Amino acid sequence: MMEHLYEMLKQVDGYIYPNEIELNWSILIVLYPYITGLVAGAFILASLERVFKVEVLKPTYHLALLTALAFLMVAAMPLVSHLGHPLRSYEIMTTPQPQSAMAIFGFIYLWYLMVVLLLEIWFDYRRDLVLWSREKKGALRIIYKILSLGVTDLSKKTLAWDEKLGYFITVLGIPSAFLLHGYVGFIFGSIKANPWWSTVLMPVIFLFSAMVSGIALVMFLYIVVSRIRKVKIDMACLDEVGKFLFYVLVLDFTLESLDQVHRIYEAGESFEILHLLVTGKLTYTLFIFQGLLGTIVPIITLGIFRIRLPKEKIRKPLYLMSSLLILMGIFFMRWNVVIGGQLFSKSFLGFTSFKIGLIGLEGYLMAAVWIILPFIILSFLLWLLPPWKKHSEEHIS
Amino acid sequence: MGTEGISASRRSFLRKSAVLAGTLVATSAANPITGVLFAANEPEKSKPWYGIGIDIEKCIGCGSCARACKAENNVPKEPFFFRSWVEQYTIKNDGSLKVESPNGGIDGQKQTVPEADIFKTFFVPKMCNHCEKAPCVQVCPVGATFESPEGVVLVDKEYCIGCRYCIQACPYGARYMHPETNTVDKCTLCYHRLKKGLNPACFEVCPTGARIYGDLHDKNGVMHKFLKEHNCHVLKPNLNTASKLFYNGLSAEVR
Repeated sequence: MMEHLYEMLKQVDGYIYPNEIELNWSILIVLYPYITGLVAGAFILASLERVFKVEVLKPTYHLALLTALAFLMVAAMPLVSHLGHPLRSYEIMTTPQPQSAMAIFGFIYLWYLMVVLLLEIWFDYRRDLVLWSREKKGALRIIYKILSLGVTDLSKKTLAWDEKLGYFITVLGIPSAFLLHGYVGFIFGSIKANPWWSTVLMPVIFLFSAMVSGIALVMFLYIVVSRIRKVKIDMACLDEVGKFLFYVLVLDFTLESLDQVHRIYEAGESFEILHLLVTGKLTYTLFIFQGLLGTIVPIITLGIFRIRLPKEKIRKPLYLMSSLLILMGIFFMRWNVVIGGQLFSKSFLGFTSFKIGLIGLEGYLMAAVWIILPFIILSFLLWLLPPWKKHSEEHIS
Repeated sequence: MGTEGISASRRSFLRKSAVLAGTLVATSAANPITGVLFAANEPEKSKPWYGIGIDIEKCIGCGSCARACKAENNVPKEPFFFRSWVEQYTIKNDGSLKVESPNGGIDGQKQTVPEADIFKTFFVPKMCNHCEKAPCVQVCPVGATFESPEGVVLVDKEYCIGCRYCIQACPYGARYMHPETNTVDKCTLCYHRLKKGLNPACFEVCPTGARIYGDLHDKNGVMHKFLKEHNCHVLKPNLNTASKLFYNGLSAEVR
């Protein structure tokens, strides 16, 4: 461990406090807001259909919900595994320090997972769980029975209640999703010691970038899952997702630009060091990956679609490309915030460097595991709770 | 008519209501504000409330303080972990600034700028500022870092979960992750020595008496004398951490 620190010591540029050689938050803490953002964004897309009755989005509704669940199940893992004492993580729930922005993480996370997502999915799937438990045989039958929690009443009145309660939870879920991700932004935005993080816009920027990434993820998954299932993509739905993605992306871009313009115009104490940061260590990740490829190219592509829709054959691959570019762009947005915020010294006089290894808890391979794992969970969820095999096609009135 | 028209009982009711409403508003407003002013608790007047004074004009940059600190507190000897260190500031004739602290200044420091180019140079010993409104205490999710009744910021290494949020929140770079305990470590003002009536190690060994510490409540104490006789500044006052480490002769360049 020490060897790499000695190596980094040689690469220090200017003056940094002697305790600042090593970055305290590494790739795992880049993944944490990234994955949480995907959850919040996917959920908000699902809510659009349910609460705001955007009927055309129906084909993505269940996919978005299950995506949110699959990613939320993993969201806390990089965070916990990065702790110096992961086994003490329960303390955050048993003895939260009320003045800490981080202390309510466990509660917000559990609220979102248990109260919002699981309940909404359960109310939505209860009828199907009961019907599947009657149709299937063997272990699956038992699993569906357990999942239905023994509530097997399929009378019209009960089903209407499922719908009502599910709707209520979705309504409750929208502010919860805002809270979940706005809160993640606040964890960074409230650190006054760090001028790269400390901005009141941080929670709002995190929220909008979360929506961008979550919608892009559902778009990507919808295209891929349809392809795997060999079914025709509902282009009206995809266009509508593309429309929302475009609007939110424009808002996100505007907010982030406002943040940067404000910093540049105000040109406070930290201006010089941050200027060196973005034009030096963050050049590629900020201007190329996040800015050009992750934002400008998709904005232009999706923007052109707003003016004139090209043929389906052209639109499909371009939607796929845009969603992938956005997913990459938002990943680098998190990178630029988390890693970028630690590369410069709080003395404002120099920089440390960041190198990431292949193996180890904080290496590339482990990071890849945390990114791939939600897709595996999602595949399982789609197999267990296939939205396309739901009985309740005709909505209960 | 006027007030005479209002019956006594009604007047008393109105008065009581006004007092009640006033108290409610005052307490509801005061509580969150004190919560923000003091990350942990307001200082207890009965206990000593320690502050630190460092006289930059007296520091010769020998590094004895940083050396003694490592020895006394089992701080890892590698050059990435410090509870106490010394920075050398050199302002050149062309106005540029050079700051150095090789190995935290433990081995003393050599001037690397040719003498003819130097406008002025000085040493700044650094350590935890034991802030009254400590951002590190504010952010700790489990309360493992806290302010002692004497105003010393401490870490309970049996309780710290190692999330490093406090390291991010400290504006002075005074915290590090201990590679053996996997918990956050920092200057304790040698709390173990203070409790025995001994001086913290760095104060004990300073050959020029550049550092003092004492009870900020004691109107006749050394800290009051130091603050009265010198023009003192704290680091990064704009962050409103209410640092209790006061420097005499602090240049504006120092962060």
